[in-house]
Amino acid sequence: MGTNSTYRKTISASTKNLSDIRDFVAGHAETHGFSGRQIADIRLAVDEAITNIIKHAYKGDDNHSIEITIDFNNERICIELQDTGSSFDFNDFPEPNIQEKIKQRKRGGMGVYLIHSLMDDVTYGRQNQSNKMKMCKYRT
Amino acid sequence: MNTFSINQRSASGCTILDLHGELDAHTASELETELQDLIARERLKIVVNFNRLEYIASAGLGVFMAYIEDVRNEGGDIKLTNMNKKVYNVFDLLGFPALYDILDDESEAIKKFSNT
Repeated sequence: MGTNSTYRKTISASTKNLSDIRDFVAGHAETHGFSGRQIADIRLAVDEAITNIIKHAYKGDDNHSIEITIDFNNERICIELQDTGSSFDFNDFPEPNIQEKIKQRKRGGMGVYLIHSLMDDVTYGRQNQSNKMKMCKYRT
Repeated sequence: MNTFSINQRSASGCTILDLHGELDAHTASELETELQDLIARERLKIVVNFNRLEYIASAGLGVFMAYIEDVRNEGGDIKLTNMNKKVYNVFDLLGFPALYDILDDESEAIKKFSNT
C-alpha cells in the first residue's frame, strides 16, 4: 500500500452519518496498517469532533455539510474536518470533572478532552468563514 | 449503517438492559428513553450489560451521567457490566471507574443488589 494517500468525503451534518464516517476513517486506517488500538482511538476522536460540529457549530441544523479529508504518510494519519458553522473553542480542554457534572445532572464537555487525549496533535483555526480542525496520530 | 438496540430482562428483582451495537450521539436517545421509563416505573436496580456493545462515544456516557444521581437518591443504582476493553477504555479515560460500579460480570451486579 502506498504510504502517501489522501481520501475525501463530504457529509450532511447529521448524527445519522456518524457510523458511516467512523467506518470510512477506520477502514482507511486499517488498510494503512494502524493497529486495532490506534484505530479505536481514531474512530472515537473523529466521532467526537463531528458530533461537536453538528451540535455546536451547526446547532443541529442538518442542511449544512462537513468535509472530511484523511491524509496518510510514512509517519502518521491526519484527519481534517472543515465546516462553515459558528466557531467552537477546541483549544480549551480541561479534564472534565465528572463528579461535579453528575451532581448538576449535566453532560457533555467531554468530547474535546477525549480528542486531545486520543490524538497526538490537534490544531484548530478559523479562516474565510470556515473552521478547520486537524488531528494527527503517529504510527509509533 | 449504525445499529443499536436494547433488550430488557428481569432477574432477582433487578432490571437488566442488554446493549447491542454502537452507542453514539445518534443512538443515545434510545437508551435515554429506556432509562427514563425505568425511573418512572421505579425500577431502580438497574444493570446495564455491555457484552454486545461494540462501541461507545461520550454521548453514550452522558446518558449515564444524567440519571445516576436521581436513581441513587431513590435508593437504586445503575451498575455497568461485561464491557469489552475498548468500551471500558473510554469510561476509564474520563474517570468513571471511581464514580460508577463497573463490574466484570452481570452476576456480580445482581449479587450486590441482593445484599442491599
